[in-house]
This record gives sequence, C-alpha cells and structure tokens, in this order.
Amino acid sequence: MKLFLKIWRQNNNKSKGKIVKYQINDISPDMSFLEMLDVLNEKLIYEGNDPVSFDHDCREGICGSCSLFINGRPHGPERGITTCQLHMRKFKDGDTITIEPFRANSFPIIKDLVVDRSAFDRIQQSGGYISINTSGNTQDANTIPIKKEDADSAFDAATCIGCGACVATCKNASAMLFVSAKVSQFSNLPQGQVEANQRVLNMVNKMDEEGFGNCTNTGACEVECPKGISIKNIAKMNREFLKAKL
Amino acid sequence: MYLCTMGLYLTEKHIKYKKNGGGDYVSPFFIYHKNKKRTKVFCSLKISQKDWDFKSKEVTKGDSNYKTKNKKISSLKTKIEKIIRNYDSTNELLTPEKLKIELEVSKVISNGNKNINTKSTLDSKSPNGPLANKWTTHKGSINLVSPSNKRNIDIIVIGTGLAGASASATLAELGYNVKAFCFQDSPRRAHSIAAQGGINAAKNYQGDGDSIYRLFYDTIKGGDYRSREANVYRLAEVSGNIIDQCVAQGVPFARDYGGLLDNRSFGGVLVSRTFYAKGQTGQQLLLGAYSAMNRQIARGKIKMYSRHEMMDIVKVDGKARGIIARNLITGKLERHGAHAVVIASGGYGNIFYLSTNAMGSNVSAAWKIHKKGAFFANPCFTQIHPTCIPVSGDYQSKLTLMSESLRNDGRIWVPKELSDAKLVQEGKLSPVDIPEDKRDYYLERRYPAFGNLVPRDIASRAAKERCDKGYGVNKTGEAVFLDFSHSIIRYGKEKAKVKGIDGPSDEIIFELGEKVVKQKYGNLFQMYEKIVDENPYKVPMKIYPAVHYTMGGVWVDYNLMTTIPGCFAIGEANFSDHGANRLGASALMQGLADGYFVLPYTIGDYLSNDISTGEIKTDSSEFENSERDIRQQLERLINNKGKHSVDYYHKKLGKIMWNKCGMSRNEKDLKEAIKEIQLLREDFHKNVNVSGRIGEYNEHLAKATRVSDFLELGELFAKDALERTESCGGHFREEYQTKEGDAIRDDKNFKFVSAWEYKGDPSKATLHKEQLKYEDIELKTRSYK
Repeated sequence: MKLFLKIWRQNNNKSKGKIVKYQINDISPDMSFLEMLDVLNEKLIYEGNDPVSFDHDCREGICGSCSLFINGRPHGPERGITTCQLHMRKFKDGDTITIEPFRANSFPIIKDLVVDRSAFDRIQQSGGYISINTSGNTQDANTIPIKKEDADSAFDAATCIGCGACVATCKNASAMLFVSAKVSQFSNLPQGQVEANQRVLNMVNKMDEEGFGNCTNTGACEVECPKGISIKNIAKMNREFLKAKL
Repeated sequence: MYLCTMGLYLTEKHIKYKKNGGGDYVSPFFIYHKNKKRTKVFCSLKISQKDWDFKSKEVTKGDSNYKTKNKKISSLKTKIEKIIRNYDSTNELLTPEKLKIELEVSKVISNGNKNINTKSTLDSKSPNGPLANKWTTHKGSINLVSPSNKRNIDIIVIGTGLAGASASATLAELGYNVKAFCFQDSPRRAHSIAAQGGINAAKNYQGDGDSIYRLFYDTIKGGDYRSREANVYRLAEVSGNIIDQCVAQGVPFARDYGGLLDNRSFGGVLVSRTFYAKGQTGQQLLLGAYSAMNRQIARGKIKMYSRHEMMDIVKVDGKARGIIARNLITGKLERHGAHAVVIASGGYGNIFYLSTNAMGSNVSAAWKIHKKGAFFANPCFTQIHPTCIPVSGDYQSKLTLMSESLRNDGRIWVPKELSDAKLVQEGKLSPVDIPEDKRDYYLERRYPAFGNLVPRDIASRAAKERCDKGYGVNKTGEAVFLDFSHSIIRYGKEKAKVKGIDGPSDEIIFELGEKVVKQKYGNLFQMYEKIVDENPYKVPMKIYPAVHYTMGGVWVDYNLMTTIPGCFAIGEANFSDHGANRLGASALMQGLADGYFVLPYTIGDYLSNDISTGEIKTDSSEFENSERDIRQQLERLINNKGKHSVDYYHKKLGKIMWNKCGMSRNEKDLKEAIKEIQLLREDFHKNVNVSGRIGEYNEHLAKATRVSDFLELGELFAKDALERTESCGGHFREEYQTKEGDAIRDDKNFKFVSAWEYKGDPSKATLHKEQLKYEDIELKTRSYK
C-alpha cells in the first residue's frame, strides 16, 4: 500500500507545531497502525531526519499508552479498539491519513504526538482508592458475598485503561467518563461504600481543578471509548455526587 | 599468589619431616600471596575415600599406598593452581575455607565448559527449622525499624508493575519515604497490566483438595526442581492473603451466582485455584496496587517520578545509596539518594525482540546493578508461552499472547496426515473440513493425564516438534490449531438443557455455546479477531509459542536482597520462585507476594542498621562519577552518527536469540551465538545511529541504551545455557533428551542456581553456585503423562 501521511510535528511544549506531509510505500495491510509508523520512523532515521515521537507500550490494547487522533477520531476509524489494535487493512491504497495528538488543555503536548496525561493520575490520587492498609489481616475474601451482577458491572467500569480518548473526542474536553468509571466501580461494591461521599466529591473537584470541561451528554466519549465504558457510569456518578452533596 | 610444591611427595622421609606439632600428619600446601604472607593449607586423604579432606589426619609410618596418594596429590595440585590463577585475576584472598569450597565446586563443573571461572557457593540465608515455620520464625526474629525511624529512611523503587507498585504502597504505609520511578507516563501502564489469565492462591474454595503444600509442591515441580524451597513455600503461604487484600481494595474478581469468588484451572495443576477477572486479571490487580499507591502519593509518602528511567545505581562504601535517573521529558540526568534501592523492573524477554512484553520492557535496571556487583541468576531460564498469535511478517513489532486459560476449553491439534497439513498451509483446505479421525490432538495423545493443560514448556516444545516435522498449519508452517468447537457444543448442550429446550438444533446449540464461551473469553476472542481477521468461534485459532516471561533474574537471598547490600530485587526481576519454568497465574502471585507481604518486612532487617545514617547526600564523588559515566555513554551514542538504526540491531539480536537460544538449544548453536552477539555488540557501538539530542524528549536514545544492555545480557544468556548441560523446564538442550523427546534433567550435577558475577565483560563472568537443597520434596522426573 502507498499512503500519504499528514502528521503533527512539534518540538516541545514551548514551540509551535505544524502538520508535516510524508509519503510512505510498501505498507502491508496486515501491519498494525503503529507498525506503519515504525516503518516511517526507520525511513526518517536512515534519511537523517528526526523520527516522529508517539506514546506506545504494550501494543495489545491494554496499557492505554497509545493516543493518536487519526482522521479526526481518537484511536482511528474502528470502534472498540486502541490505535495499536488498528490494522492497515482498514485503510485503502492511496489514502491520506491525518495523525494528530489527543488535544485538550489539560493534556499539554510534550513532543509531536506525545501528550502529558498526568492530570488523570492526579484525579485518581484525589480519591480513586479504598483506604485500606496491607496488613495480611484483612478478612477472608469470601466473607462478603457480592451479587454477580454487581461484581460484573464493577468490573465493566474498572476496565477503563485511562487512555484519554473520551477527553480527546469530547467537544468540552470533559473527563466525566474517566472519573465516573472509577466512582462507579467502587459504588457497585460494598467495600467502596465507606468513603463513597468523600470520594466522589474529591474526584469531581479535582477534575474541575485540572481544567477538564463539563459534560453536555453528547455521548461521543462512549462511542470512542476503546473499552466500551458506558455513559451510564456518568449518570451513576451524578447520582453519587448529588447524594454526597445533600 | 603461587603454590609452593614443598611437601608434595609422600615418602616415609617426608612424613616424618612434615609431622606437625600436634602429632598430626599434614600434607601442607603453602600459598604465597603478593604481600609475601603465606597461607598453609592442610590436606589429607584416606585411601578409601575419593576426595580430599581438609582436616588434619595422622598417617602411620610406612604408608604402603603412598604411590597412589602421590598421584592424587599431584592432580590436586593442578586443581589448586588453577583456582589460584582465577583468584589472582580477581585480587581476592584465597583462604583455606574458600579453597575447600572451590575444590568441591570444581568437581561439579569439571564435566562442563573448562574455561569458566567458578567461585564459592552462595548462601541463600534461608532460615532453619521445619519448612512450614520458616517464614513465621523469620518474621518474628528479624530486626525491625521503629515507626519514628522509618520517617527518616528513604527507599527508591524502580518500576511500578505489580511488584513495584505493591511494594511502594506498603513501604509508604509502614512509614518509609518512597521514591517510585517508571519510564511510562503513568505507573498504571506497567506491563503487569497485560497479564490476562489469573492469579493463583491456595484458598481451596472449590474444595478440591488444594492446600498451601500442594501449591508449593506444584510450583516446585512445575519449575522442574530448580527453585528455592523456602522461598516457594513462603509464596504459597502468603498467596491466600493476596486475594483477601485485593478484594478489600475493591478488585472486581469474577464471582459465581452465589456471590462468592470463582476459580478456574491452569496448566500443570490438578485443582482449580486460579482467581480471575475475565481476561484482564493483571489489569485489575495492577489498578488495585496503583490505587494503593495513589493513596500514599496523596499523603506525600510516595513521590512519583513518571517518565523517568534509571540509568545507574550508585554505591557508597559498598552499599546501594541511590541512583542516577534520566528525566525522559527534559533529557536531564538527576541524582537521587536513598537508604535502599528496590529493583522491580520486570523481565528481559525483549532480548528476543519479538516477545509478548511491552515495547518498553527492558533489562537495564537489573543489568546496571549486575554491572555494579549484583549476581545475575539463571539467565537462560526463559519461558516460551505456547499460545500466542503466530508471527505474520518482518515488520512485526511484538507478539500477542492468548491466555493460557484458553487451554481449559480449547483443544490443540494439527492434521494427522502430512498431505492435509500441506493443503492447509497452502490455504486449499479449511481445518473445519478435516474429519475428527484425521486430527492429531498431540498433547492429549502424549500426556493423557494433563492433556491440553500440561505446563507451558512442555506444550511449547510439543508444538515445535509437530511443526518441525512439517505439520504446521499456516503459510510459514509455524502454527497449530486451538479449537473451541467441542467446548461450544458441550456448553451449548448444557445450556439447552438448563433452558429446557427439547432436541435443540445444531444452530441453537452453537448459538448458546458461543454465548458461554464469549462470556468466559470474550475479550481474548475479540483481540484475536482484530489482529488475524478471522472469527475464532467458527474457525479454530492458530497459535504458536512466543517468548513471554523470564524466570532468571537478579540473584536474591531469602530477604530478597541482592549481592549488593541495600539493593533488593522483587517480582519478575529476581529469580527465586519459578525455577526453570513458571506455572500459569503464578507471576501475578509472586509480584504481589514480594511487594505486599515479603519485602516490606525483610527490608527492615537491613535498614535497622541504617537508622542513624541520616539523609543520603548526592554531592559525593560516587554520584558525580556515576553521572559522568552515564553522560559519556549517552554522548557516545548520540555522537556516533553511524549507519544503522537501533531497531536494526535489536532485530538482529532477536534473531540470534530465537534461532540459537530459543525453544531448544545445542552446544554448537550456543557457541556461535556467543560469537555472533560479541560481533554484533562491537558493530553496534561503531555503527549505531541515534538521532536527536540528549537534553530533550528522545525515545530513540532511551531505546539505544536499553538495546545496548540487551546486547551484553545476550552473551551471558548464551553462556549460561552453554554451561547448563542438562535439559530442565524452559531450558532444553537437544543433547539431553529421551527418545520420545522429553527432557533429561541432571540432578547430580546441576541441582544449583547459576549466579553470575560481572567481571568487566560478559565473557569474563564468574559463576557462583547456590546449591539447592530439597528437604521436604523428593526429586522426581517430571511426568504429566
């Protein structure tokens, strides 16, 4: 396959960025999208140019590192996958592909396509945990039975990989889906009840502080979430928030 | 040093002459040292015994066997002279005790490679007493640090996977000041996140006869009797606590309809003890540990350094006192001081280039401490996982694992007839059209007791054996089928019965069965379909073994301390628990056991001597020198401006490793591998091209330093594999196999851990041995038939 690439290049967070055009040949349809970028980078290195920086690690859709905005969509045209799981067979010979970083005020660019998502970590630090020490003296795991449905829905919420696609796609750059996934995981479990009020208040507060926008229920986040985190979690978080406020 | 041959010949005259003051007979060797001091070594030999005894002994006048004795004395002399030569090169003093140990070791190694320097045996410092009490007794007797002193002690933790995150969180909870480092943009992205199948624990919730002892036994046996008994027992002992702890943290494990925790079965065991969260157990456990870390970060007890890479460890007065790290965003080198350094940086599977590891996974932290004095143990023990998606092209950057849990319900087969296999390879025959009697379910045929659930090393080799004979099922001939059709039908029938459907049609059965399978392995099937573009519910999956985990790693004692005082290694980065092969769902168990329940206590034993040290200053010459060395290394790489990219070398190294140090190894290949890696390393330093600058975000520079370390480890890896002339677990030497192709283990000569000491170059590494003692387990040939 022959492809025309338009890639966002930016040296660091102080410099101005721009779209740079590249042409690339001999791309196999079985390659993953990131492998296509590997091929481009090898080419750039051999030509004596600076390779394109992008975040990636596990390349199997679970670490949440990869974060490209491809042809106007986070993680590209397919649903339910991350960029590393996107294969070139989804494109046609001669296609032009635009590749940009995940854009949001709260995700400043580090270089090229690499952004700083540490705001997500700071939100988690504000309450995304259950305050229990490692003692080895906790009660036996089977002491509290948990309904299968509750355990399953807690699990579904907990599968969020923190990639930031929800923020990147949202016109308000809202992190509601991300935050609600954690809140919802714990609110579905008896272990999470003790600190429920404090948790939701702190996390929402931190989210606002970090400069993420508000939710206007467009539902784009749910569509683009590679893990299919449901927008119902946002409703759940809103209920939790209201409950805590009252 | 040199050996004085005086008194070497036993004649009646000499015997009289050499009679010592106490009246004992001695055959003394004098070892002269450089400082002109001499060590006198006393040896005696009973004619009935084969070996030398170093206690003094009286010899009667007129010993009639003196000729035989003289022969033995002269061979002993040769041995001692060789040992002296080895010691001379290291400038260490040879004491009679050390000499005695060296001589014992030289007996063992004499049938191995003659050029290897072998040094004294290593002591694991496992506590005495009955196995079941060791950990309790040890915990009760080690030194502790008081809460008020913990506040003044800093600990650096490298890596935030299951081991690193759990250790950081627990150490911080205990009151220590933790500095945690990861190269990823967030601690949550460490590669433990990708573990799929589950975590073992001896809870016996299923009532199928599980116990701590059984988990311990299975792990030792699965590891082919090459792991340390005391460590493995401790692991089994704390396994139950891990589940309790994780549930308390809100980890959403799978549950049954009664609301209790569900289990499944993994390879190499006959009970169901694996706890899981669909195919994302690693993710859920890591997020649990990450949340525990977050709580401590919020409290200020952990300072998190993301996008930071450890470049070197700094030793002051022989103790680990800090690290040099590189901020990957700014490219700046930073000095960090601490009272102890914990390495939790995972395994080195990426040495093969293609593996199931994440792209960034690397050996550098472990290798850097190795170069500063930490012994590296069993580097050749690598796990090749049987169920991965096969390689499809040269551009491939990584391999994707299909969880072992799939072998619960999938059956592995290849065509029985070569002609059929050929047609399948050419794409002219669909596996669905091959009738049952023309299929070879080779694992069920060869290992009827365990069938598709044999341990990983065995399943991998069996797949290779079939493919090597030409029965492979994709265009490269390197794939076998993993077939779910039987399970889909079985589950479908069960479901139809539950639903009260009478005489269900095949379609209904399939539909119902597919639903059950989807619920169990949905995300794995989806992952497979995305990559391969085939529906695994309808067409059997194609799988092939791939590098997955490394059992070898930094040598640690029972306290998980390396041979550098104050430097610890936990999780996959150390070597201790899995022997020559790891059982499925045990990596998560070990990572969390080390981090939550072992290290936080054992580290106190060391730190208790450090309570009045005060803050570690980083302006010392040690830090300065280390930083300078690293800066020079980085400058060399950047200024090299050679011909080839870093990946070019990494791929080449990977090919050598896979072809010559992979699933099966032989002497010729390994010797070639050593040479080829040496040449490749030389070429790398001459011709590598690293773009960009040091003081900026530069992914390729980071990669270059990692590959540079892999190029050194590769040689040690091959050397270790060459030395171990036996087949055990994941280490399969072609020269040592039965007619049926099963491994032949050599307990007489190789029941030890190979711990390598760095001597300036991998080729000069010195071998130390930790002899493995099995007090509670009888050594048997592993049989899964």
